[in-house]
Amino acid sequence: MIKYDRFQLDNGLRVLVHEDASTPMVVVNVLYDVGARDEDPKKTGFAHLFEHLMFGGSVNIDDFETPLQLAGGENNAYTTNDFTNYYIQLPAENIETAFWLESDRMLSLAFSEKSLEVQRKVVMEEFKEHYLNKPYGDVWFKLRELVYKEHPYRWMTIGSELSHIEQARLEDVKGFFFKYYRPVNAILVVAGKVNTAQARSLAEKWFGDIPAGDKYSRRLPHEPLQREARKLTIHAQVPLDALYKCYPMASRTEPGYYVADLLTEVLGGGASSRLHQALIKEKRLFSQIDCYHTGSVDPGLVVIEGRLIKGVSMEDADKAVEEELHRLQNELVDEKELEKVKNKTEAAIVFEDMSVMNRANSLAIYELLGDVNMMNTELEKYRAVSAGAMLETARRIFDPLNSNTLYYLSETK
Amino acid sequence: MNGMEVKTSAKLNRAIAPPIKDAVEFELNLPPYRKTLLSNGVEVYAIDLGNVEAMMVSWIFDAGNSWEEKKGIAAAANGLLKNGTTDRTAFAINQHFEYYGAYLNRAAQHETAELTLHCLNKYVGELLPVVAELISDSIYPGEELDIYKRNSQQRLQVSLKKSDFVANRLIDAYLYDEKHPYGKYALMEDYQALEREDLVAYFDRYYRHGACRILAAGRLPDDLIQRLERSFGNLPLRPPVAYGSLPAPAIIPAATKKYNIVNDPNGVQGSIRIARNFPNRHHPDFQKVQVLNNVFGGYFGSRLMANIREDKGYTYGIHSWLVNNIQASALMISTEAGKEVCAPAIEEVYKEMELLRSELIEEEELQMARNFTIGTILGDLDGPFHVAGRWKNILLNGLDGNYFNEGVRIIKTITPEELQELAVKYLDPAVFYELVVV
Repeated sequence: MIKYDRFQLDNGLRVLVHEDASTPMVVVNVLYDVGARDEDPKKTGFAHLFEHLMFGGSVNIDDFETPLQLAGGENNAYTTNDFTNYYIQLPAENIETAFWLESDRMLSLAFSEKSLEVQRKVVMEEFKEHYLNKPYGDVWFKLRELVYKEHPYRWMTIGSELSHIEQARLEDVKGFFFKYYRPVNAILVVAGKVNTAQARSLAEKWFGDIPAGDKYSRRLPHEPLQREARKLTIHAQVPLDALYKCYPMASRTEPGYYVADLLTEVLGGGASSRLHQALIKEKRLFSQIDCYHTGSVDPGLVVIEGRLIKGVSMEDADKAVEEELHRLQNELVDEKELEKVKNKTEAAIVFEDMSVMNRANSLAIYELLGDVNMMNTELEKYRAVSAGAMLETARRIFDPLNSNTLYYLSETK
Repeated sequence: MNGMEVKTSAKLNRAIAPPIKDAVEFELNLPPYRKTLLSNGVEVYAIDLGNVEAMMVSWIFDAGNSWEEKKGIAAAANGLLKNGTTDRTAFAINQHFEYYGAYLNRAAQHETAELTLHCLNKYVGELLPVVAELISDSIYPGEELDIYKRNSQQRLQVSLKKSDFVANRLIDAYLYDEKHPYGKYALMEDYQALEREDLVAYFDRYYRHGACRILAAGRLPDDLIQRLERSFGNLPLRPPVAYGSLPAPAIIPAATKKYNIVNDPNGVQGSIRIARNFPNRHHPDFQKVQVLNNVFGGYFGSRLMANIREDKGYTYGIHSWLVNNIQASALMISTEAGKEVCAPAIEEVYKEMELLRSELIEEEELQMARNFTIGTILGDLDGPFHVAGRWKNILLNGLDGNYFNEGVRIIKTITPEELQELAVKYLDPAVFYELVVV
C-alpha cells in the first residue's frame, strides 16, 4: 500500500506527496502530459529533442546541472510516445534546490540558440547509436508503420527521420514550450524524506506564481479496427533471420490490459514460458524468443519477436508460433500456470516499488492515467483475471485478422 | 516551515540559489553486515535492512574464468547451472522459481561466479533447498549443452556486428593480453569445443566442492541463518580463497598503442576506447584517482561530457571510469561518435588530459564533484541491495570497512594540488591505448 497526499495549486498544477522517512533522500519528479504522439507528423522527434533542451538553461538559471550537482543531486529525464518525465534525487536537506530548478524551467526556458544547435547534434548521434549503427536497429520504424495507419504511434519517439531533428528551429521550441509545458498540463511528485506541509509550502512558493497556461486537450486520430492480416518482408545485412509479430491490444486503462499483460507472461515471461520451452528447447526453431507488450496509454501492441536458428525456414517458425497462439485460443490456461504468472507479477511490483524513485515515477504516471489510486489496486486487478478471460482475450488479440507479421531476412546467408 | 507560508511571488528572487548543506557535512556510514560461519566453513554475510518483505541471496563461488583451463568453461558451467539435476529438468527448475515469482540469475566474472536469488520472504523456504540441489547435483544434460552452444554462437554472430561489442573485447585484450582472464574473449570455435565432461568436472571442483561465500540482504527473516545451515551447512563446500591466494597470471600489455578497425564498412559511428593500465584497489592512489576521474569523465558534469557532448555535440555520451577488476584495474574512456567526428573527439579527450595536468582544478568545480559523489553515495546507502553491492565489492577485493571510510575522507579533503599531481602521473596521453572500431 503506497500512501500519498494529493492537492492542486491554483494554477492547476497537480501535486502528490509520498512520505518515506526511512531514506535520507528526496525525489522531485515532474511529468508533462506531452509525448511523441502529440507531434506534427512533419516534425517528429520533437518532444524528445525538447527534453534535451530542458537542460540548456532556464530564464533565471543559465546552468541547470551545476547547482544541482553542488547540492549533491542527480537527475535525468525520458520521453515516451505518451509523456515526458523529469526526475531529481538529492539529499533531503537540499530539497529546495530541486524546487528552484524545476520551477524555473517550468516558468520559462532561456531558449538559447547554442543549446538547440548542440542538442540537435547530440540527438542525431543518439539516433545513430541506437537505431542506425545496430543490427535490427531499424525494425521498430517498420513495425510501427505497419501496425498504425492513423494514430501517431506510427512514429518512434526519436523521430521518423534524422532530417526532422536537423530542421528543428527555435520558434518551434518556443511554441512547443508554451503550449505543453504549463502547470495545467503537469504533475509534480515529491517523495522520500519530506512531509506534506513542507512539500505544499515549497510547491506554492516556487510553482504557485507560474501562469497556468491553457489546458491541452488531446484530439488524436483513433486507429481504425484492423481487419486484415498484414505482412511485410525486408532484407538486411544481419546475421540471422528474425520474426516479429504484433497484435493490437487494449489501452492502459481498459480491463483487457491486465489480461493481455498476463498473456504475454504465459507466452514469453521467463525460461519456463511457453514460447521459450516449445520453440527454443523442444522444437529448436529459435535461438531466442520474447513476448511483451508496449504498455502504451492508447491501445498498444502485443509483440512476439524471435531470432531463428540458421537453416530453419521462416514459414515453419511462423507456423510454430501460431500453433502456440492457437493453444491459448482453444485451451484454458491451467490453474497452476495462471497462478505462476500472477505470482510473478506480484513479485515484480514489490521489487519495482522498493525504490523511492520508482514509486515517485509510478505515482505521476497513475495520476496521468486519471486515478492515482490505481497504483494500489493493480495487484487485485491481476489477481481477478480468470482463465476464461485469458481464453476470450487471446481469441480477440491473436485473431489472424489482427496480426502484423514482419519477416526480417538476412542477406548474408 | 509550515503550510501557512504565504506566496512570495513578488519578492521571490529566482536568480538566487537556495542555500545548500555541503557534502562535507554529510556523514556517510556503510550499514554493517553480520557474519556467520556455517558448519562447513562457508561464510554468510547478512545485511538486514529495508522495510519491504523481500530479499536477495547470492552464492559467490571462486569459479570465474581465472580458474578455467579451457576457454569458455567457467561461463558455460555457470550459465547452465539451472539446466538440469538428477531429479529436475531445466523446465521444472525454471517453473519452480517462476511459480514463486522469484528470479534466479547467474553471472560469471573473472575470479568469481555466482547464483543470485531475489524473492519475496514468504517463499524463501520453498526456494533455498532447490538452490542447494543445483549446486550439489547439476548434471549438464547433453541436449542442454547443444542448445547452449548453438544459441551462444548465434548470439555472438549478432554481437560481432556491433562496433561497441567488438571495441570492448579488443581494448581489454590490448590492456591485459589475449591469454589473460581479463583480456581473453570467446570465438565461435571456443563454443564448438565445449564438452560435457569439461563442464561436469569443472562443476564438481568449483561448485559441488567449491569455495563459496553467501551474501544475503533485505528485511531478513529471523530464521534465515538456520535455513541456510540446513540447506547448505552440510554440503562439501569450502571457505573462499583468500585475496592473497587468488590467481595472478602475467599481464602483458600490447606493444602497439593505436588501432583503427573497420568492422562494418557501412557503419555511421565509431566506437572509441582510450585506456591505460592502472593498479588495483590496494594502491594508495586508487581512491584519489577516482576523484580525479569524476572531474575528468565520471559524471554528467565532468569535463569530457561538458566539452565533447554539451559543447561540441560529437556524441550522445562519453564516460571514463576505473575498471572494477581485482588483480589490476584500468582507466577507461569510452564513447560512440559520428564517423566524421571521431578524430576531433579523440583530440579533445587528450586536450582535457593535458588541461588537468597543466592547470589546477578550480575550487567550485572540485566542490561540485565532491558534493555530487557524496550525494550519490548517500542515495546508494538506503537500499539493502545497494549496500550489499558495496560490501560485495569490498570483500571480494580483500578490503574492509576502512576502505569505504577512507574513500569518503578522500572525497571530502583531496586538494587541487594533489589532483594535479595525480593527473601528471596518470593522465599522460602517450601511455594510453587508442582504439576506434567502425
